[in-house]
Amino acid sequence: MKELSLNILDIAKNSVKAKAENILIELTETDETLTLTIRDDGCGMSEETVQNVMNPFYTTRTTRNVGMGIPLLKLAAEQTGGNIRITSVCEKDSPENHGTTVTAVFFKNHLDFTPLGDVISTVTVLIQGSPDIDWQFVHRLNGDSVELNTKELREILGDVPLDNYEVIKWIEDFLKEAYESVS
Amino acid sequence: MKSLAELAAIREKMKDKVVLREGSGEIRVVVGMATCGIAAGARPVLNAFVEEVGKAGLADKVTVSQTGCIGVCQYEPVVEIFEADKEKVTYIKMTPEKAAEVVEKHLKGGKAIQEYTISNAIS
Repeated sequence: MKELSLNILDIAKNSVKAKAENILIELTETDETLTLTIRDDGCGMSEETVQNVMNPFYTTRTTRNVGMGIPLLKLAAEQTGGNIRITSVCEKDSPENHGTTVTAVFFKNHLDFTPLGDVISTVTVLIQGSPDIDWQFVHRLNGDSVELNTKELREILGDVPLDNYEVIKWIEDFLKEAYESVS
Repeated sequence: MKSLAELAAIREKMKDKVVLREGSGEIRVVVGMATCGIAAGARPVLNAFVEEVGKAGLADKVTVSQTGCIGVCQYEPVVEIFEADKEKVTYIKMTPEKAAEVVEKHLKGGKAIQEYTISNAIS
């Protein structure tokens, strides 16, 4: 992947596939690190599956719907000296409180750090593709933060779906302005 | 600064529309957005379709949606166009520029661009 924001798009799609109703994408930057967290309340995975998703060669032979996404994110993190961690609670084991959290740490000053790229585009594409999910996006940087919560937008929009063209445009412009004010 | 008031205005404007949900269109544009598609550049292609369809005022007629791997990863970004009573058209190796052209000539003009289709590549 040319940009980390493309990995984020790819991994968040797993949460969509896991039938999540709420998905959080959180980026926290310090001078040295970028920490990415994607947390969903989807169906979760068994412990065995969590182990398997890390390995593209083992898993593709035995499990469907598990592919290169996590291994690519793992590679992107580890090549900077960082790491990835996945915790998951399976719906079968815990019907009330389940879901998956993927956390990846990147060292920004490492030569092999992939730039974040167009994260706004990733957010709008995710919302456009799954307008019924509640998306929360938080990017903490420079002691400030860029935040978007589709629950708040929905309260104002009423019946108008989030994938309405003008709404998507509004979200894009809103995030652009928010980034300008923290840079 | 973008304000929530603008969202309220969008809601107000949409109130009179019978069809609120964009998804009732006669034409479906489906962009492959699995790992293979994303890595090959599907994100800007999807954005271009959303933008061009919106700008052309085709949102009532055309639905732009996303899907997983279509199965021809070597031809990604792949875009399929479904239209009632017509054969599916599969565009391959798409770019935002080609997407704009497809909106203009195919979705608006009603004529598929053969040059960009998979049947052109394999024949």
